[in-house]
Amino acid sequence: MLPTVELAMLVIAALEPLVLQDYLTVYATRVLILCLFALSFDLVWGYAGIMSFGQSLFFGMAGYGVALLSRDLDITSMLAVIPAGMLIGFAAAVVLGGFLLLGRSPSSVIFVALGTMTGAYAADRLARGWYYLGGQNGIPSIQSMTIGSYQLSEGPIFYYLALGILIVVYLLCRFLVRSQFGLALAGLRENEQRIAFFGYKVPHLKAIIFALSGAIAGLAGSLYAFHEGFVWPNMLGVVMSTQVVLYVLFGGSGTLIGAVIGTIVIEALSFWLSNNYQDFWPIILGVLLLLVIMFRPAGLVSLVLSERERVGNFGRPGRGGDHGAA
Amino acid sequence: MALLEASGIVKSFGELIALDGAALTIAENEFHGLIGPNGSGKSTLMKCVAGAEAPTQGRVMFSGTDITGASPAERARAGMSLKFQITSVLPALTLYDNILLALQAKSSLADLVFSRSRRPLHDRVMGILEQFRLASRAGDPASALSHGQQQWLEIAMALAAEPKLLLLDEPTGGMSLEERRVTGELLQPIKTKCSLVIVEHDLDFIRDICDRLTVLDQGSVICSGSVQEIQSNPRVQEVYLRRA
Repeated sequence: MLPTVELAMLVIAALEPLVLQDYLTVYATRVLILCLFALSFDLVWGYAGIMSFGQSLFFGMAGYGVALLSRDLDITSMLAVIPAGMLIGFAAAVVLGGFLLLGRSPSSVIFVALGTMTGAYAADRLARGWYYLGGQNGIPSIQSMTIGSYQLSEGPIFYYLALGILIVVYLLCRFLVRSQFGLALAGLRENEQRIAFFGYKVPHLKAIIFALSGAIAGLAGSLYAFHEGFVWPNMLGVVMSTQVVLYVLFGGSGTLIGAVIGTIVIEALSFWLSNNYQDFWPIILGVLLLLVIMFRPAGLVSLVLSERERVGNFGRPGRGGDHGAA
Repeated sequence: MALLEASGIVKSFGELIALDGAALTIAENEFHGLIGPNGSGKSTLMKCVAGAEAPTQGRVMFSGTDITGASPAERARAGMSLKFQITSVLPALTLYDNILLALQAKSSLADLVFSRSRRPLHDRVMGILEQFRLASRAGDPASALSHGQQQWLEIAMALAAEPKLLLLDEPTGGMSLEERRVTGELLQPIKTKCSLVIVEHDLDFIRDICDRLTVLDQGSVICSGSVQEIQSNPRVQEVYLRRA
């Protein structure tokens, strides 16, 4: 069933710019970039059980980083800014992860959640108060990202670029979580102490996946900055961090596809509700989110995927001796 | 040279002294039972040896190396394996994946990412499941097993990495008489492969499989010796057997 869901979503996503009006394509591009951001959170929380409640720190830092590259150094080439954004997210996650996860004794979920949230909050406050970063207003009018001499402005081309990157990152994450490394992550999530007694270097495993998720969030942040044309402190703060947690919880954590579904459904609902119920749409959205979390704790994806498919099967050979995951 | 030598182990939790200078020596291929009344410090001593608790004082030597400050992962990589008192299988994963998870622990990161050891380990995973009479349920989630089968699965997981020393904390806890008998049968063949330290309340079970026993009372070792020596020791009868 999972491949069917994935394929259906891919076909719909590929056809969208052909049927949507231009302003909706711009909105859909933003949603695709947020899907990328949600994947980064699903990787750490859904697979490794690390509650990174400050995931926006990596997203926002990369956004600010590429905005500065563009503003101060005139660097807008995609080949430079995308790797730079990933590197910024990766480096920030290595530093924060080193502090939060590499201690002698295992870090509790609460410690990591509060530590990452504090990091995001502090970065938000710092950005708001620092004139060089534009203070409350952020950095406006970022130049367009370029590929050679071509300027990538919002529209169908940017949409397909974002879609292509999302597909590549999704497939890489899929490969990773279904590998034996993914099994180790599942062990981490299920019972961290147990796998330490098998000989796994639990803090290292956590730091690796945390840094990788930071790189993906950085990739999303750099794309977001160029797509929106400006960056602002909210990109770094707790609001954005909470938003990504909701995307993943709503769609279904630990499935990858759930993160994508959650992002699309929440953003589509927000768009539609805000146009039709301008005064109280956040209340309706909040109630819907609560209902899903209360009555479908495994997320929307549990409506179409069995538990076996959601948890995964890492080693059991299938019929014909295939050792692939289910 | 002894495989394991724990000496002068003191463990206190605030005012409470759980272990007061306890010692434990295990030879290679020895099956050693830790017995004593409830609260005597058996599980705490096991945890200090395995690295789940850091001793307040004392020293733990393993294969001639001081591992007192080593993490559980370092001890596991040195050849020590633990089965927890409370069953700690990974319930959402299949039996197959539970064993594979234990077996692949020493694989390199690159091997894990590219799943290079999945195929080579397949026969060993199935072999271990067969040894513990669980092969027919390899694809079931561990949560679907009975309590006794979960205990077997956890012993199988602990044995998967071919440890030099296997630590079993109450492996027959909550099992039926028949399951206890089968557990004894399952443990016998490993005698040629590794040493075993076992904490157990079932004295018949422990007499059947152990070569030597150590008796703890109120955090201290009151005697250590062969099963016959322990059975005839008047102090043990006084402190432990009469209470039991």
